[in-house]
Amino acid sequence: MNALSYIDRPNRTLRVYAVSYLIFLYGPILFLPLFSFNDSIYTAFPLKGFTTKWYDTMFNDAPMWAALWNSVKVGIASACIATFFGLLGARAVTRYNLPGQKPIVFIIMLPLVIPGIIIGVALLILLSRLGFELTLFTVTLGHILICVPFAMATLIPRFEGFDKSMEEASADLGANPWRTFWLVTFPIVLPGIIASLLLCFTISFDEFIIAFLLAGTEGTLPLYIYGQLRFPSRLPGVLCMGTIIIAVSFVVVFISQWLKRRGLEDQTARF
Amino acid sequence: MSDRGLEAGTPQTHTRTLRAWLYSRFLRSEALRGFALLSPTLLLMICAMCLPFGIMVVISFWTQTGFEFNQGFHLDNYAEFAERPAYRVLLLRSLVISAACTFATVLLSYPMAYYVAFHVHKHKMAWLILMTLPFWTSYLLRIFAWKIVLGFNGVINSGLMTLGVIDQPLEFLLYSPSSVVVTLTHAWAAFAILPIYVSLEKIDRSLLEAATDLGDGPAKRFFGVTLPLSLPGVIAASLMIFIPTVGDFVTPAMVGGPDGLMIANIIQAQFGVVNNWPRGAALALTMMVTITSVSLAYIWATRRLTGRVS
Repeated sequence: MNALSYIDRPNRTLRVYAVSYLIFLYGPILFLPLFSFNDSIYTAFPLKGFTTKWYDTMFNDAPMWAALWNSVKVGIASACIATFFGLLGARAVTRYNLPGQKPIVFIIMLPLVIPGIIIGVALLILLSRLGFELTLFTVTLGHILICVPFAMATLIPRFEGFDKSMEEASADLGANPWRTFWLVTFPIVLPGIIASLLLCFTISFDEFIIAFLLAGTEGTLPLYIYGQLRFPSRLPGVLCMGTIIIAVSFVVVFISQWLKRRGLEDQTARF
Repeated sequence: MSDRGLEAGTPQTHTRTLRAWLYSRFLRSEALRGFALLSPTLLLMICAMCLPFGIMVVISFWTQTGFEFNQGFHLDNYAEFAERPAYRVLLLRSLVISAACTFATVLLSYPMAYYVAFHVHKHKMAWLILMTLPFWTSYLLRIFAWKIVLGFNGVINSGLMTLGVIDQPLEFLLYSPSSVVVTLTHAWAAFAILPIYVSLEKIDRSLLEAATDLGDGPAKRFFGVTLPLSLPGVIAASLMIFIPTVGDFVTPAMVGGPDGLMIANIIQAQFGVVNNWPRGAALALTMMVTITSVSLAYIWATRRLTGRVS
């Protein structure tokens, strides 16, 4: 009768540990919103009183909006291009049995095991030797590079759980490969594509090291925040911005993870 | 049918049939189509990663004179690394800090991953998302959060002073190697869980039941079966944290202070204020080679230790 084996039975000690772990994980981050409403430029106890004036100052901060807009542009471009490359790669790797597939996938996944500073420095040298100026385009290039492995890793499971016979059925019924792709393959992998887009956008939006090395005069939001940290009087503005960024990225990541996992559950339910 | 037979003689249709033949050949050859599909991605990776890396290797043998590069083959930058102990100290410190952070992260994340894999039955997905969510929020802001917590006028100091536990702020909290370790551990904790969780989830429960039936207690069962079988996840998690943290320069710059500076800070400076790109390239390569050797040695050692199991 007992469905749970003794191995899987609830464990009180571990449960307490899990909750304290989550507190450790979220605790420090929650001080940002807490102090962003505090009526003092110091992030210290006791709290002085509730205020939203830091948010008012922040919303009138023109350079901050420019940096945010830059980040959004870079993020959207990196996400779309990286997902496109990831899509090609994931499809090729799962659909065909290629000779030498392992080393090829290893090369594509390399950015995952190379520190960001190496990628940034190597690209910086190449671009300057070729005579390119550092702009938001160079930052985007760096971000595409680190996003492609994540895009592929997100898309491969989606393609793997894919029933090949559906494509074959479409081909048997007379659809050409292009039509088959748009009418059969694409709708099935769509949740994976959305998850990959959201994931790549968040990675690019948060990335600091490569952006720091490859940005020219125009910077992304993390660079702007980093610059602000030198001035104690700008601290509350950073707290407000941080609060908003954290809230928005929580929502975006939650949606992307949910889509990714829901997609996988759908498949296991169907087969 | 007869039309096609008649036309086959003319030269134009010859090329047309050849092209059609090549096209059908292309469509039929699985490997060719696969490579065609894969080539843009592969080409991007080669042009934007392998090529720059090669140029970096070349430049590391140049030297800088004023604003010009002195091309040719010199070993000056590497000789400098060998002669000046400051670089070695920084590299060693980076390795120690990253190793400590990796160890702490894996140690803290393992029970958490174990809990979700074995003891959570409802809302598993919610738990997983909740645990990995902080990893995807701004890295910079998570580090900044620790500056607020550990700072001279920060949460811990002001909190303890308000409570009357201490009357002077504790200065050792921020700007030290240990504050870098704490900050990095928190920043990467959410990332370590996933690979460990995946490897734990894969374990066949009947193996554990078999171990118990054969008389193993919980401790022996864990160290004899669960832990060895989850090692691939532990290795993956360790490398995923160790490799990027050695090359991090924001965290040490923000919470490290002068004693907490790491090798990446010096590398970054060569491409910024110091403006000595060849030396920066040489240092970056030295760091890369060191990271790779340490990682390979780690994989080899863990494989050897557990060789009897797998």
